[in-house]
Amino acid sequence: MTASVRAAHLAQLNVATLLHPLDDPRTAPFVEMLGPVNAAADGAPGFVWRLVEDGAADATALRPAGDDVIVNLTVWETPAALWDFTYRSGHLEAMRRRREWFARHVEAHLVLWWVPAGHLPTVGEALERLADLRANGPSPRAFTFASSYTAAEAAQHLPTEPQAQPTP
Amino acid sequence: MEDIDAIAALQDPVRRRLYEYVVAQGREVGRNEAAKAAGVARTLAAHHLDKLTEVGLLESGSRRLTGRSGPGAGRPAKVYTRARAERAVSLPARDYRTAAELLAEAAEQAGLDAGLCAAARRRGEALRGSAAPCGGLEEAMEMLAARGYAPHLESAAGIQDAEGAEVAAGGAPAVVRMRNCPFHAVAERFPPLVCGMNLALLQGLFGTDGPVRARMDARPGECCVVVENPKNNLH
Repeated sequence: MTASVRAAHLAQLNVATLLHPLDDPRTAPFVEMLGPVNAAADGAPGFVWRLVEDGAADATALRPAGDDVIVNLTVWETPAALWDFTYRSGHLEAMRRRREWFARHVEAHLVLWWVPAGHLPTVGEALERLADLRANGPSPRAFTFASSYTAAEAAQHLPTEPQAQPTP
Repeated sequence: MEDIDAIAALQDPVRRRLYEYVVAQGREVGRNEAAKAAGVARTLAAHHLDKLTEVGLLESGSRRLTGRSGPGAGRPAKVYTRARAERAVSLPARDYRTAAELLAEAAEQAGLDAGLCAAARRRGEALRGSAAPCGGLEEAMEMLAARGYAPHLESAAGIQDAEGAEVAAGGAPAVVRMRNCPFHAVAERFPPLVCGMNLALLQGLFGTDGPVRARMDARPGECCVVVENPKNNLH
């Protein structure tokens, strides 16, 4: 294993279209889960970072993909760490009830991609990866749990990938 | 190793007892312990445990069971756990797994979670076969064992309940956890859909107006549901 492979982290973006506003009683059970589930993420093995709005506890008020679309942007050490948190923690209960709160997406709503360790992806970069997945299907640039690529595969296919570009 | 050969290895009754004992522990088991549990000599147990490893039903490793290390700690002991691979034989050949995966994929894409959970709840109620809800955790364990969930009791000591209240002193309530997910292959591919189905099935099986409650409490490597008796601090 090369140093560049070891130094890769997995970035994750998912978008969810709210059926009702966050302050609507019908969305209240979801809002109540935000604190505990985000705390569980912060303490989960392999967790690196999650997007949080300045001065807020989470990113739900940022609406870069549409007024009724909330985004969740995180970085993890490995796909297994992200998978275990997503589907094998208190987060699964929120996933189970997703149809009560969110519209069904016809297009991909979750995208994964590799970043150099230490790089914190911007929302713009994340939305580009989602657009790439939607336009071109899974590739080493943008993939899903079911169509996963290793960091080594991504590095092979992305010889011009900028390393740890400074955030604007 | 073909599945049929692996399964055929369990025809020997001693081997089968050893296999079932190791599987039920959910941890590494040494030769002495397995021999004692199966009521056979250590050398015979070792022979059968190695045979089970050879056919791929168990995996073996070595550990120092004494907790000591360095010179004088003795040789590491051989330990056994259940192999992760699934084994199945169907005669005539059937392929329900592909059917399940395709149906799950279609249900996921169409967002049919609510309809699937309603069907699962009805099935659970039908499987219960009685109008009365499940009467307690022991009965629940039997029902789960019969359906292949490999249930075990876990003390909830030191764990606060959902409302943050302290668990009553003098007898920490236990919860039933399950080592095996009967829907593993499809649950791994479509977790929210299939785990939700599993929860609804168990809620139907136990009833929701009795003393026993099934709820989601996922953790790595186990079934995503726990079964508890919310009032058992009244014992």
